[in-house]
Amino acid sequence: MKYMLLIYSEENAWTESEREDCYAESVQLTHQLQANGQYLGAAPLQPVATATSVRIRNGKRLVTDGPFAETREQLGGYFLINARDLNEAINIAGRLPTAHKGTIEIRPIIELEEQAYAG
Amino acid sequence: MNENTINQMQEQVDVVYRSESRRIFATLIRLLGDFDLAEEAMHEAFAAAVVQWSRDGLPANPRTWLVSVGRFKAIDTIRHRARFDVSLAELFQGLDVSDAAIKDDEDVEDDRLRLIFTCCHPALSPEAQVALTLREVCGLTTEEIASAFLIAVPTLAQRIVRAKTKIRNAGIPYQVPSKADLPERLDNVLQVIYLVFNEGYAASSGDSLTRADLSSEAIRLGRLLMELLPDPEVIGLLALMLLQESRRTARTTPTGDLILLEDQDRSLWNPDQIAEGNALVQQVLASRRFGIYTIQAAIASIHTAASSPATTAWTQIVAWYNVLLQINPSPVIELNRAIAIAMRDGPVAGLQLVDAILVRGDLADYHLAHAARADLCRRLDRIPEARDAYQRAIVLVKQEPERRFIERRLDELG
Repeated sequence: MKYMLLIYSEENAWTESEREDCYAESVQLTHQLQANGQYLGAAPLQPVATATSVRIRNGKRLVTDGPFAETREQLGGYFLINARDLNEAINIAGRLPTAHKGTIEIRPIIELEEQAYAG
Repeated sequence: MNENTINQMQEQVDVVYRSESRRIFATLIRLLGDFDLAEEAMHEAFAAAVVQWSRDGLPANPRTWLVSVGRFKAIDTIRHRARFDVSLAELFQGLDVSDAAIKDDEDVEDDRLRLIFTCCHPALSPEAQVALTLREVCGLTTEEIASAFLIAVPTLAQRIVRAKTKIRNAGIPYQVPSKADLPERLDNVLQVIYLVFNEGYAASSGDSLTRADLSSEAIRLGRLLMELLPDPEVIGLLALMLLQESRRTARTTPTGDLILLEDQDRSLWNPDQIAEGNALVQQVLASRRFGIYTIQAAIASIHTAASSPATTAWTQIVAWYNVLLQINPSPVIELNRAIAIAMRDGPVAGLQLVDAILVRGDLADYHLAHAARADLCRRLDRIPEARDAYQRAIVLVKQEPERRFIERRLDELG
């Protein structure tokens, strides 16, 4: 199965050197996952201040500044992984450096079949 | 084949159902990869058994027969439905349709463990874990579970449907956890079992103090788990439940009022449960690998050895609470330790500790903390303080018999 690991933490709770360590550790982890065939993608996100939300209501597109939900912890990055099952996904989530400071939300990916949506 | 033969066979099949249905169900989930399909297949297999066994007699191994027939019936169903449903077609492709998939007894016991660990998976809400365990592992009906927990049947049914959906869609695997994950996952299973026990022993709300059925289910679960996975803490939890259960008849009056440990008629304590519980405690303590459940069982075991509160080995009990606090710091355990110290050193020492806990605010909303303070003040003749604390406890208490008990104590103050 494919799982999205969403990384939530308080943006301002990180010092610059902590952030650099976190990036370095995360890059290491991506190499390990890649070697195991479990890596699909990963990236840190720019701070939530750069977020823009889009929704369409009554046929009209509304664009607003800010994230979908204002919370103490923000979505700061993601890993897209291949895992046999939820237990394996939980184990990988536990290896993310941010798990010590923030929270990792695991979401199974719905795999859409290309042909069903191509035409 | 007359009606009589069928009726007789129905009785025999019922006996097999009672002793084997949970094992068969657990194996069918592994083979079919789906809770609902497995349940449907199992019921079809039992229905088929009545007819075929009446004609051909009981098979040599009824369980294997039922698993095999259930599986074939499910495969037929899936094959039929798969023509209309893409996801079922995928499921069908993943199935091992050979007979080799049905394995020997050891694997069947593994299936039961798989079922327990899946129902108690921490990715499910605690309420869902409890409901699913009682339904799928213990075989209780949705109606029985709803009534035991005083919730509406549709609410509980929905909880179970949601849990099964999450198992399917989030990819919660049907497996015994890896060695690295086992301690954490086992803790979770023990928590679920103890939650079920406590709901039956000291229901958190409602009119009746105990719901004996839930406690005996929890003890049955504890026995099953000990048989499948004899970890020290599994044995410790079973011992703890047996020792607490041994006091069931002594802890309430015939009208359902609460009787404290110190006032209980100890001749009413169940000697068989005490003997079994004590033997298990000794066994685990000798292994020197034990945790919070074994320690609580050891404390309960010390109570059973004494003929009265005055002759209870409070020093030993306090020592165990010290160990317990070290591995599992918790304000409720601190409160229990304070009460044990009051028994050992007198109410002044106990009250100091209880007040220190209350000042911190951790247990400000816990009725038993205020009831404990009230009782210690009462013993020190500090009546107005005792009255205040009992009144605070009454505001917070949720359970009817406990409320009556505290009100009685308050009345006795005059």
